[in-house]
Amino acid sequence: MLWFSGNCRIFRAFNKPVDPRKSSGRIEAQNPFEILVMNILVCISKVPDTTSKISFTDNNTRFNESGVQFIINPYDEWYALVRAVEIREAGGGEVTVINVGRQDNEQIIRKALAIGADKAIRVDADPADAMYVARQIAEQAKAGSYDMILLGKETIEYNGSVLGGMLAELLDLPYISLASDLQVEGQSATLTRDIEGGKEVLKLNMPFVASAQKGMAEARIPNMRGIMMSKSKPLTVVPAAEVAAPTRVLHYELPPEKGQVKLVSPDNMEELVRLLHEEAKAI
Amino acid sequence: MSVLVYAEFIDGKPKKSTLEVVYYAAQLAAQLQTKAVALTIGPAEQADLEALGQYGVEKVLHADEARLSQFQSRAFSRLIAAAASENSAQVVVLSHSANGKALAGRIAVRLEAGLVPGVTALPDTSNGFSVRKPVFSGKAYAHVAVESEIKVLSVNPNSLKPQSAAGSATVEKFSGSLQDSDFDAELSSRDMVSTGAVPLPEAELVVSAGRGMKGPENWGMIEDLADSLGATTACSRPVADTGWRPHHEHVGQTGVAIKPNLYIAVGISGAIQHLAGVNQSKTIVVINKDAEAPFFKAADYGVVGDAFEVVPKLTEAIRRFKNS
Ligand SMILES: Cc1cc2nc3c(=O)[nH]c(=O)nc-3n(C[C@H](O)[C@H](O)[C@H](O)COP(=O)(O)OP(=O)(O)OC[C@H]3O[C@@H](n4cnc5c(N)ncnc54)[C@H](O)[C@@H]3O)c2cc1C
Ligand SMILES: Nc1ncnc2c1ncn2[C@@H]1O[C@H](COP(=O)(O)O)[C@@H](O)[C@H]1O
Repeated sequence: MLWFSGNCRIFRAFNKPVDPRKSSGRIEAQNPFEILVMNILVCISKVPDTTSKISFTDNNTRFNESGVQFIINPYDEWYALVRAVEIREAGGGEVTVINVGRQDNEQIIRKALAIGADKAIRVDADPADAMYVARQIAEQAKAGSYDMILLGKETIEYNGSVLGGMLAELLDLPYISLASDLQVEGQSATLTRDIEGGKEVLKLNMPFVASAQKGMAEARIPNMRGIMMSKSKPLTVVPAAEVAAPTRVLHYELPPEKGQVKLVSPDNMEELVRLLHEEAKAI
Repeated sequence: MSVLVYAEFIDGKPKKSTLEVVYYAAQLAAQLQTKAVALTIGPAEQADLEALGQYGVEKVLHADEARLSQFQSRAFSRLIAAAASENSAQVVVLSHSANGKALAGRIAVRLEAGLVPGVTALPDTSNGFSVRKPVFSGKAYAHVAVESEIKVLSVNPNSLKPQSAAGSATVEKFSGSLQDSDFDAELSSRDMVSTGAVPLPEAELVVSAGRGMKGPENWGMIEDLADSLGATTACSRPVADTGWRPHHEHVGQTGVAIKPNLYIAVGISGAIQHLAGVNQSKTIVVINKDAEAPFFKAADYGVVGDAFEVVPKLTEAIRRFKNS
């Protein structure tokens, strides 16, 4: 694939400014063939704040947004975005955030810029389903030349954890899911991936797609300077590509309310064991 | 026509969630009046493959060559998609496990299929095809319609109890055409936490503790309680954040989401973000000294009392019960 070729990388080193806050003399001082300019794309989604009360309207077909605060999906913000910013801070380069959503998402996009992303792309569309969003992001990724594409482990809204795999397949790239550590070394990276009951450490070459979870970075709070600068950073709005969404939410349902809790005296644990065995059939 | 299920083997053995998805696929195949076919990739004993027949599949395809002994998302997804096409699968089923999450999206793209991740029930196929999945971190369910010809479903662990019956599957070799570039990541090490306990996402019994335990030195009684039940230990987020317990034990909205049969929460207040990851548990027991702790509202059974006194008593009572 041409857009990921080595030439592209060197070309970029010559032509694209690295982080202006860090670039002083860096390009001139070194052999361009050794310059490592990381170009990172971070996918961010907008989700209801974790304390939101979940309810639905229109015959349980729409999420009730009234009174709900929206935030950047925690995995995207705390781990994927912060790690991308750390890598740029360490080695130079550029962090682009991308979101598929309508204009009211720009508030959370500006927050990502305040945390340290350099620029943003918003694909102007309703995120119909994961495949739809993945195809939109893939279109934009093809137009850039990214060394890595980072996502969150899953959205706390849809709990899909599938978009990264779709994106990797659409772009014909490797995919590491549920990464809790990411180290960059030259043209390769080492990632730790969580599996049931353990961890795997994997080495691979750029470019790649990875989804991030706890452990990859520490959440950052944007500072005043970041907030000021975020206002003037470029946010490009692009129209949606025409693609189909193969799935559709028909309606939502709230789980049945728990009945009244049965209290057991702290002096009668035999009774609790009996209830767990005979009534709940849990032991 | 068929339902193709990816029957994951780890270290040569089927996982608990593997039997669940095989059973799910067999049930779904019966519902669609077709057959379920399983695919296993990597090392596996013939007897274990045949035994998948007890969960309702008649045929097991087995892809095995040296380079398939380690999980590789690109190579594995290619084989699963190829097996699905060769068997004209209408539906592809896999587990919503760590590896399942790495595969599902790729398979859906390759088959141009709609994908519903983390389903907890069989689909409704009476009018179209729709299936239920938890959303908003377990605070609600969505019924999702799939409108593509081929469907991919990943099934949440502990969503159904597989029933076994006498039966044996026929095993056939399967080889897809793989290229070197399908093996794109090199495994440099694998580190399993050797507690002997069932990994959290699959555990049916979980004992979890929070900041009410005061410090890591007091976890002995939590481990004893877990031990008496054969349960897996978990913790609240601040407990993992302060390093009292390892990160992999952190459950909740930003940690592991679990769905055990029994969840015992000790000294955990029941913040909404904690509940989000555990409220799918079948039975919840809360032990907290504060009768006003929000967790009691989400509990089936509650003990208002000091954990330091209650927990050892409960452990003793369980041990007596188990020995009787
Ligand atoms: C975006 C976001 C995401 C979050 N994600 C998660 C998550 O995934 N998981 C999670 O757990 N939290 C999460 N949190 C944090 C959550 O809001 C709570 O702060 C946290 O769950 C509290 O942990 P705790 O119950 O252990 O501690 P506390 O809230 O301090 O509760 C301790 C409890 O112990 C009781 N207690 C004290 N002493 C005793 C005793 N001797 N015997 C019995 N009981 C006693 C107290 O009455 C109290 O109820 C998140 C927060 C945010 C903002
Ligand atoms: N509308 C969106 N725009 C950009 N990125 C998204 C969007 N939705 C999801 N993502 C990314 O995909 C990840 C996984 O989403 P999901 O597979 O839907 O759980 C999220 O953590 C985000 O990084």
